[in-house]
Amino acid sequence: MPLSNRHLLGLQGVPKEDIQLILDTASTFREVLERPIKRVPTLQGKTVVNLFYESSTRTRISFELAEKRLSADSINFAVSASSVSKGESFKDTIKNIEAMKVDMVVVRHSAAGTPLYLTKISDANIINAGDGIHEHPTQGLLDMYSIREKLRKIEGLKVCIVGDVAHSRVALSNIYGLKTMGAEVSVCGPSTMIPKNIEDLGVKVIYNIDEAIQENDVLNVLRIQLERKAREYFPSIREYAKYFGITEERLEKNGKDILILHPGPINRGVELSSGVADGLNQIILKQVTNGVAVRMAVLYLLGTLN
Amino acid sequence: MKIILKNVSLFHPVQKIDEKEIDILLTDGVISKIGKINPEEISGAKVFDLSNKHIVPGFFDMHVHLREPGREDEETVQSGCNAAANGGFTGIACMPNTEPAIDSAEVVSFIKKQSKDHLVDVEVIGAATLGRKGEYISPMAELYEAGVVGFSDDGVAIKTSGILKRAFEYSKMYNIPIIEHCEDETLSGGAMNEGLNSTMLGLPPIPSVAEELIVIRDILLAEYTGGKIHIAHLSTKKSVEMVREAKRKGISVTSEVTPHHFTLIDDSLKIYDTNFKMNPPLRTKADVDEILLGLKDGTIDCIASDHAPHSAEEKEAEFEHAPNGITGLETQVGLALTELYHKKIITLGQLIEKLSINPRKILNLPVPNFEVGQIANFTILDLTEIFTFDINRSKSKSKNSPFDKRLLTGKALGVINKSKMFYQDEFLNL
Repeated sequence: MPLSNRHLLGLQGVPKEDIQLILDTASTFREVLERPIKRVPTLQGKTVVNLFYESSTRTRISFELAEKRLSADSINFAVSASSVSKGESFKDTIKNIEAMKVDMVVVRHSAAGTPLYLTKISDANIINAGDGIHEHPTQGLLDMYSIREKLRKIEGLKVCIVGDVAHSRVALSNIYGLKTMGAEVSVCGPSTMIPKNIEDLGVKVIYNIDEAIQENDVLNVLRIQLERKAREYFPSIREYAKYFGITEERLEKNGKDILILHPGPINRGVELSSGVADGLNQIILKQVTNGVAVRMAVLYLLGTLN
Repeated sequence: MKIILKNVSLFHPVQKIDEKEIDILLTDGVISKIGKINPEEISGAKVFDLSNKHIVPGFFDMHVHLREPGREDEETVQSGCNAAANGGFTGIACMPNTEPAIDSAEVVSFIKKQSKDHLVDVEVIGAATLGRKGEYISPMAELYEAGVVGFSDDGVAIKTSGILKRAFEYSKMYNIPIIEHCEDETLSGGAMNEGLNSTMLGLPPIPSVAEELIVIRDILLAEYTGGKIHIAHLSTKKSVEMVREAKRKGISVTSEVTPHHFTLIDDSLKIYDTNFKMNPPLRTKADVDEILLGLKDGTIDCIASDHAPHSAEEKEAEFEHAPNGITGLETQVGLALTELYHKKIITLGQLIEKLSINPRKILNLPVPNFEVGQIANFTILDLTEIFTFDINRSKSKSKNSPFDKRLLTGKALGVINKSKMFYQDEFLNL
């Protein structure tokens, strides 16, 4: 059974069967990653462009590895500036790349909606690798894959997304995906970092981190973007760490065996203490490995659709 | 030259004229007879059969961006006037956010000169502060003398309460209104209305309260100083409620709404089409409902387009980076007839008041009358023609409209003013 859409722009509206298919396919590729020769010929002859309009190390490397392991030809196109400040307009850039006959475009951009715009001006399969504060679907998928791998299910689990939900593209993808798969989702963070009307998505809002720990099976802890504007939304890093940081003491106090995810990179001592970041509850590095497998699955499923 | 407009429905809400199947004789653009006219008795007259068509006082759009001087690639006085005539307007007021801003008599004269020979009257709104920077009031006396009819820093609100108070006090000498774009910039800076949709689309939000805070500030300062305030393009439920309450108290406040704010809501943004990006942003159904109430009960005096031409290159950017604004001169009458008149929100009389009478009154301009001896200033309407708006037939230099391919009921067929006629896509000297 193929995917129902030829692009992956977000997890909003993606049917359960599609998510299931991606996660199951990722399991197969996960096994490939354990082999001595970690390469399959599946996408031989396909060309993938990694179009990164925003700096990203982890996501780009993860996609690049996934492409290489599927034997696709991959090209990296990194631009630090947006089309506004650049001489060549965004549309012209895409038209140029398209003229070189590429099959798939993986796009990261600081502006929400850019991947959707790409589908209108290009014939390639478009994969969203993060658009503004909108969605980051492959991160949502790899988080679900990692939860499923560890806890053997998603349905019925209680998952809380902790931190700067308002300025996170990971949060929305997690909310849409997890809810489709039957999890109960909540968010926890300072109220200035919880976007308006999020409850209308069927998400519970919690302002007390201890309550969030007690109530949930999984915490997906977001990175506080210290370098971004988000810094204006809470009084100090000290205060954030004190009231929303996950520490060993806090986990112990709540006497809870809880699974902890983090999309990385971690601010140690802010959202996670070092003890928790390296502790037994977390699966942070597993997420990174799984990310390659999940991206291989997405590339494979979209790349072999036509 | 003599022309006869045959079999028209003549309608004027202020003069209480509502006549069917009547003829009008114009001699060199001046009304010389209203009644039954036998064309054979008038030699050499050109006859236009306007059966089932309405003639109403010429429409006036008090909120237009002409982009000249500065961005002649997007619009010029000439192309903007052509779009106005094509949309059914005999007069427009242009906003001062040009480059340079309209903050000196020279720029006013330049625009007046550019529009002198056109059918469409171009009135000028002067900047309220020098360079629209909000630091010092503009030379209001000199601007008034040069002919400006209102003051505004449109594009932004007048920056501080202090400078606004002074602007009110100074402009009061000339009895002309301050027209405010109401937006508290410390709360805005986003790309769309704040709500579930902005959360789901991941677009930086603009809360409705950013508008409402400035609306209430302006109302209070107008009351305190005795100045005249006109709220431009109001878009939220609370703004309507506050204007209604201020009017009830007898404060000198008037307001306008754009067709897009009474037609569209923020659900339209789900496809990230930058032709739906404007400031103030599209709001919610509750806001539109209150706006419709405000139009009905007279809280909202005028319908104005906020015609804001932008080049395709600029609009074809990422949503967050694209400029705000849409063109509106040529869709305004069709949308008002479709969404307000045919849906029985307002009567034809109210519609004409909001599109012709009230904007002129607010700007202290004479209202066109249907009397022998008067210069003809008419808009010709077909209230029932159903048509699809085609952006490629727009006379504006820019094509940034969210209403392309939209089905509309009711159309402006032409205009007559300044002894000129625009009808069936042609200009004619009368």
